[in-house]
Amino acid sequence: MSEGIGARVLRKEDKRFITGSGKYTDDVRETNQCYAAFVRSPHAHAKIKGINKSPAEGMPGVEAVLDGKQLTGDGIGNIICGWMIHSKDGSPMKMGAWSALATETARYVGDAVAVVIADSLARARAAAEAVEVDYEILDAVITTEQALADGAPQLHPEAPGNLIYDWEIGDKEPTEKAIADAAYVCEMEITNNRVAPNPMEPRSAVATYSPSEDHYTLYTTSQNPHVARLVLSAFYQVAPEHKLRVIAPDVGGGFGAKIYIYPEEIVCLWASMKTRCSVKWTADRSEAFLTDAHGRDHVSKARMGFDKDNRIVGFQVDTIANLGAYMSLFSSSVPTYLYATLLSGQYDIANIHCNVRTAYTNTTPVDAYRGAGRPEACYLIERMMETAARDLGIDPAELRRKNFIREFPHQTPVIMAYDSGDFEANLEAAMKAADYAGFEKRRSESASQGKLRGIGMSCYIEACGIAPSAAVGSLGAGVGLWESAEVRVNPVGTIEILTGSHSHGQGHETTFPQLVSDRFGLPSDNVQIVHGDTDKVQFGMGTYGSRSGAVGMSAIVKALDKVEAKAKKIAAHMLEASEGDIVIEDGEVKVAGTDKKLGWHEVCLGAYTAHNLPEGMEPGLKEGAFYDPSNFTFPAGCYICEVEVDPETGTTRIVQFVASDDFGTIINPMIVEGQVHGGIAQGVGQALLEQAVYDESGQLLTGSYMDYAMPRADDLPSYMVSHETTICPGNPLGIKGCGEAGAIGSPPAVINAITNAIGNNALSMPATSAKVWQAINAANVKEAAE
Amino acid sequence: MYETVYHRATSTDDAVAKMAEAEDAKFVSGGMTLIPTMKQRLAAPSDLIDLRHIDAMKGIAIDGKKVTIGAATTHAEVASSSELADLCPAICNLAGHIGDPHVRHMGTIGGSIANNDPAADYPAAMIGLGAEIMTTKRTLPAEDFFVGMFETALEDDEIITAVSFTAPDKAAYSKFPNPASRYAMAGVFVAMNGGDARVAVTGAGSDGVFRHTGMEDALSSNWSADAVSDAEVDEGDMLSDLHGDARYRANLVKVMAKRAVAAAG
Amino acid sequence: MASVSIKVNGKDVSGEVEDRTLLVEFIRENLRLTGTHVGCDTSQCGACVVHMDGKAIKSCSILAAQANGSEITTIEGLANGSELHPMQTAFKENHGLQCGFCTPGMIMAATDMVRRYKESGRELDETAIREELEGNICRCTGYHNIVKSIQDAASKM
Repeated sequence: MSEGIGARVLRKEDKRFITGSGKYTDDVRETNQCYAAFVRSPHAHAKIKGINKSPAEGMPGVEAVLDGKQLTGDGIGNIICGWMIHSKDGSPMKMGAWSALATETARYVGDAVAVVIADSLARARAAAEAVEVDYEILDAVITTEQALADGAPQLHPEAPGNLIYDWEIGDKEPTEKAIADAAYVCEMEITNNRVAPNPMEPRSAVATYSPSEDHYTLYTTSQNPHVARLVLSAFYQVAPEHKLRVIAPDVGGGFGAKIYIYPEEIVCLWASMKTRCSVKWTADRSEAFLTDAHGRDHVSKARMGFDKDNRIVGFQVDTIANLGAYMSLFSSSVPTYLYATLLSGQYDIANIHCNVRTAYTNTTPVDAYRGAGRPEACYLIERMMETAARDLGIDPAELRRKNFIREFPHQTPVIMAYDSGDFEANLEAAMKAADYAGFEKRRSESASQGKLRGIGMSCYIEACGIAPSAAVGSLGAGVGLWESAEVRVNPVGTIEILTGSHSHGQGHETTFPQLVSDRFGLPSDNVQIVHGDTDKVQFGMGTYGSRSGAVGMSAIVKALDKVEAKAKKIAAHMLEASEGDIVIEDGEVKVAGTDKKLGWHEVCLGAYTAHNLPEGMEPGLKEGAFYDPSNFTFPAGCYICEVEVDPETGTTRIVQFVASDDFGTIINPMIVEGQVHGGIAQGVGQALLEQAVYDESGQLLTGSYMDYAMPRADDLPSYMVSHETTICPGNPLGIKGCGEAGAIGSPPAVINAITNAIGNNALSMPATSAKVWQAINAANVKEAAE
Repeated sequence: MYETVYHRATSTDDAVAKMAEAEDAKFVSGGMTLIPTMKQRLAAPSDLIDLRHIDAMKGIAIDGKKVTIGAATTHAEVASSSELADLCPAICNLAGHIGDPHVRHMGTIGGSIANNDPAADYPAAMIGLGAEIMTTKRTLPAEDFFVGMFETALEDDEIITAVSFTAPDKAAYSKFPNPASRYAMAGVFVAMNGGDARVAVTGAGSDGVFRHTGMEDALSSNWSADAVSDAEVDEGDMLSDLHGDARYRANLVKVMAKRAVAAAG
Repeated sequence: MASVSIKVNGKDVSGEVEDRTLLVEFIRENLRLTGTHVGCDTSQCGACVVHMDGKAIKSCSILAAQANGSEITTIEGLANGSELHPMQTAFKENHGLQCGFCTPGMIMAATDMVRRYKESGRELDETAIREELEGNICRCTGYHNIVKSIQDAASKM
């Protein structure tokens, strides 16, 4: 069976996970292991007037009780946001100071103010409870509306009016004019609900300082250990990079939440130096709800103008985004370059303008969550397209068709240059799979059972792979977004691939070796992936933004090109043939058109014995590469959701979910389908169930699975997933990326289906049973009145 | 979790004696509520006295139409008892939808009713079935046993040993689960016994499980889903939270009652 | 302190632990069997599911002392030597896992589920599997391939 590109190779990493031998951060136990318990603010906004540590200090097993003044006194730097956004007046974003342990003011419930290190977790927690913090409670702001109101309580002196930036993209005047002249304008106010990411493995850190070597080791639940090391070193001044090793071993899901470097990792490292103990902290789920960066939380007012032929002539959007109490690592980019640049959707729109304001509130920081900005754009556009079609009395599919971009490359008015795609093909495939034509019959069958049936679609596009370093640099990114790889061929011909990408569920240990199988015809078992350890891999930007395929694998391809070239030179020399005649296939190195050949392992051994190398060639067979993409990639597709709503309770059941995606080249369809399944489940979760809810005082009401509704097996259907492929011209493999699509495309499809079923477009996420029931009743009341 | 001392009781007498010796002990049966509450540091008993190994408190006894279920009988055992299912399928069905399969392997009927969570299922069944709660001290009608949210008539050193009821002519339970916790947002147990209908509601009421006499009257004279539709459910008596306001819960009570009546046949 | 003697994965083990020690802590910290995971603190996620006396339970919601005298099987004890349990094989062959964190609990829950359905002669169809998974949360797979894995294994167990 082929193990090359396109093969459904079963996962290598599964063996350890299905037998309980995975090694996650919390599984690490160092000698002299101590445990950290954080003292957290119970108030959303409070002045810290004093901290009395002494009741805790004398308790059994307590090594140290540490606070923010000690932390800053030791020169540990503030937590930074790594993407600079300038307001439209040219001023830089207003970043408030964020100390890993709050010194003067606590700004959200869960803000860490002190930490206890003790020899057992139970003792650490008991002592943390004994620390007395004297708070002066301040007025809190929870919503962006409150935050930006005149006279609102202020979070950060650096950000007057709690405004972080006021940014815009596109041309305002032509857009306004186009909409003013439009034959029909669809106008909506749309909220994208706040969600908690909830990877099943809670965040964890195990930090060990070695005084004899003056060296730190940090095991942590990270999607990007090298970025963590860079930031911990360069900005937080924990230790210089060469004295800090960061290891992200098996990581149990990320979804964005494990990109960032949080206070707890910083504090564990620092505390390990202070106490000379190895310090472990693992979030319990309640801590995760309070401290893992939340996602989304947008409110947008939008107007979309159509001409008399139902073509979109202008799209104007005014968005306010909630960034929480502090600016998390990439928070600033999410509601700007990862969102507004996608507002053209799959449609040819000449005029787009978007204004974005972001605000501080006394809530958990908000940052990228699976999709990051793109789901917000997609939800806005696709709900408006569906609503517009209903207003205009035409089939929603027809309205989309009429406006599709059909020629590539296509430059949108909001930066992005789409390189490829066939939106019609995805739409057709999805409509066929969903039996779109047969819907009315199914609707009447449901009606005869007393159920309301609805169908909704979503045609999404996203930008992945982030992205050309120079391009993102010009937009404010503090880092380059390339990826690195190293291919180490051993003397016996087996191969280690060192990658800067990080797998936390994506199956890199399986898919990356498929590139080698494809190239050299070697069994993928002969290839090992090395990742997630700054001591082993030189550098890497990590895994987020669906970039491991498009960027990470491209780096491997570049390194493989170099290995292949050198192997061919060696073989040509050994076989006394011309280099151009050498081919490598089926694990053999052959002279084309002859029976002269060597085993792959013989060439590799030759490289290392160096007995017979071409003149001047260095021994060995090991090559590295850095790959910097030339553009974003643009996965796109069409999702069609069909629901049945119980009008008596408002409960929605998804009876069918069809996905047709264009991901470019697919390395392993099994894994790609799994990514789509999981993405859809998260999108459906956001659409139907999930919301992080605060009360007026800033307490998180959904702080556990008792109140935060996670999608479970019986909330979800089986999915019908297929692909219509156009090759991405921007990278050597033609990959577009698949990690986030499901979460981007599915929410509007679900909501469009429900609003179709109940005949009321005024419905927000999450469309809980209670909310849908109310919307049905509101629609009934309206109908009765008319 | 705060420190505690664990004791395993061999009999109810032994358990009561251990309780008397301890400072601030609690009985634990399956522990499916108590242990998580202790983990959250919301309960801190000095001692835990485990009732799960007292054989006399286990098992289901059937005598004609009279059913007695030992307090330490797990939800899984009640759900899977074919003898009980022949007589009163409603309670098996109810037990089979408490928590999840793992919780049902540990959680017990005695533990559930002693806790009287306002969203728990068993209290509705006990009241709907007109059950008697037998303890180490006395036998109480269910209605006198459940006092209010998380409150029962149990004294600190009193242990539920069994529950007992006469199987009704027909009965059913219909539950609308909270999307997050999966506890009842509204659970309605209906039973008909010799012309007397009972309707017990859990999850929805602002003061825990309650009987809905309006529906009972309507069903006693006309056992049909339609009869329930005309009954009034007072929104003022309903819980209101982020999962559903009082109006929605009042609606759920009615819909679940209708469905339970239809399921009971 | 409580003395705990349990047969874990066929081996008798014992230890002195604080009375408040949870079974999952005993398994992970004392026995260093780290395949059993903790994903929540409200006994809902199911990452900690093990079998006690042949039945699936949540090891985060029971004290080690409560389990004294019982037989426990964890994910590490499910395979027969190097021969994987059919449920383990099915999860691999059907791509029923991604990050792997919920997987041990899922597999332990699934083997218990199939056992109960076989014993009672009930049909374990897709709807039943989805309902039975109420106590196990996965964030990666969208459950599609978990359901397929369990269906596949059920036909082989």
